[in-house]
Amino acid sequence: MPRSAQPLLIRLTHWAHAALFVIMAGSGLQILAAFPLLGPRGEPFGWYPFQGAPPPGVLTIGGWLAGARAWHFAFAWLFTANALVYLVYFFASGAWRDRLFLPRRDGRNAWETALHDLRLRKAAPAAVGLYNGMQRLVYTGVLVIAPLLVASGLAIYKPVQLPRLTALLGGYDAARAVHLGVLVLLAAFLVLHVVQVALHPRTLVGMTTGAARREEAP
Amino acid sequence: MSGSTRRRFLEGGLGAAGLLAVGGLGCDGQRPQAGFLGLMDRVNERFQRALFDPGRLAPELGEGAESLPGDFPAYRIGSDYPAPPEGWALRVGGLVARPVTLSAEALQRLPRTRTRVRHHCVEGWSAVAAWDGVRLSEVARLVAPDPRVRYVEFRSFELGYYSCWDLESALHPQTILAYGMNGEPLAREFGAPLRLYSAVKLGYKMVKYLSEVNFLPVRTGGYWEDRGYEWFAGV
Repeated sequence: MPRSAQPLLIRLTHWAHAALFVIMAGSGLQILAAFPLLGPRGEPFGWYPFQGAPPPGVLTIGGWLAGARAWHFAFAWLFTANALVYLVYFFASGAWRDRLFLPRRDGRNAWETALHDLRLRKAAPAAVGLYNGMQRLVYTGVLVIAPLLVASGLAIYKPVQLPRLTALLGGYDAARAVHLGVLVLLAAFLVLHVVQVALHPRTLVGMTTGAARREEAP
Repeated sequence: MSGSTRRRFLEGGLGAAGLLAVGGLGCDGQRPQAGFLGLMDRVNERFQRALFDPGRLAPELGEGAESLPGDFPAYRIGSDYPAPPEGWALRVGGLVARPVTLSAEALQRLPRTRTRVRHHCVEGWSAVAAWDGVRLSEVARLVAPDPRVRYVEFRSFELGYYSCWDLESALHPQTILAYGMNGEPLAREFGAPLRLYSAVKLGYKMVKYLSEVNFLPVRTGGYWEDRGYEWFAGV
């Protein structure tokens, strides 16, 4: 039997996450639209370039503040639960071996892949399993910052009842900025991810049907 | 893309769209208290109540932490900030042993407290002011609520505005009936002569222009709550 490149649980949680991420991002941006500034009243953060600019309506879900909050706080549980199922499987099944960035194993390959993709290096880096070093680096980066999304969300949901978490993130307004910052990073990843999939459509089939891994012709 | 690849791609896309459609059932942002969103709102209220610690105080901020005048916005639901009715006094009643009516002078004679905490608005902004007044727990002691009381309703002479709280949040030491702000008597736009202020709720729960406080065994709604905003709204 050929080994399935994308195990069933990874495929299920991946697509559930895709839908949940859209819902959480859209409702979050509708909430942001109610006060599209960062920083306390009268002390807006100087580094934030979009002070006062509401996010485009086409990116929002929920229609108005109360509706968006209902969406956001309803699906936050499903979003977090789905991520936990993924993470438990990721580590318990050994899937992490193929996917996590291990600097000694993947550092050189990541560097060479980056140079090759930027047309700075002619020779293609040696093929390495399911993902190359650069992919492992980026996917691992997503796994590292994603918990920050949940933590900063909890901090701005309950700044008084979770005082230590809120203080750790620099206070309510800083946590709100962190929450948006992580969303921006994840959205940037999503754009890159979708572009890569468009360039390599077979990966989409693999993530959907779990097609068997194909040996690449040399 | 080969034909079979394209077909599988389409199947996958249709499957994802189908899942989204099923997930969308019962999710209507215009009616956040119905369907799946309403169910999860009730789950979230349980979560918020479990997380709420009646003894946990929000950090009291130092002198000078107040937002500048103009950086603490005031909201209203009508066309004007309402003027207090002639001979205004606060009626405190409901299911209590000794209902009272408290004039502005009587309120000033009750033990005075000041709280200077971060204010969290449902819109996402925060600001700071120092509020002077009397703890609601102090007023509760005066009227002696019945053991069946679970909720406190706050009514306003701003026509139509009201809110209802869980008893625990209402009796929190940083929940006060405020008659002063930043060392001055409460200005009209901030709810003169008396408003509710608290460290443990979002701003829309803090009723301005108070006319009545009722200790109740059942919960009622609120101006924003009846329009779809969350009822518990703790922070």
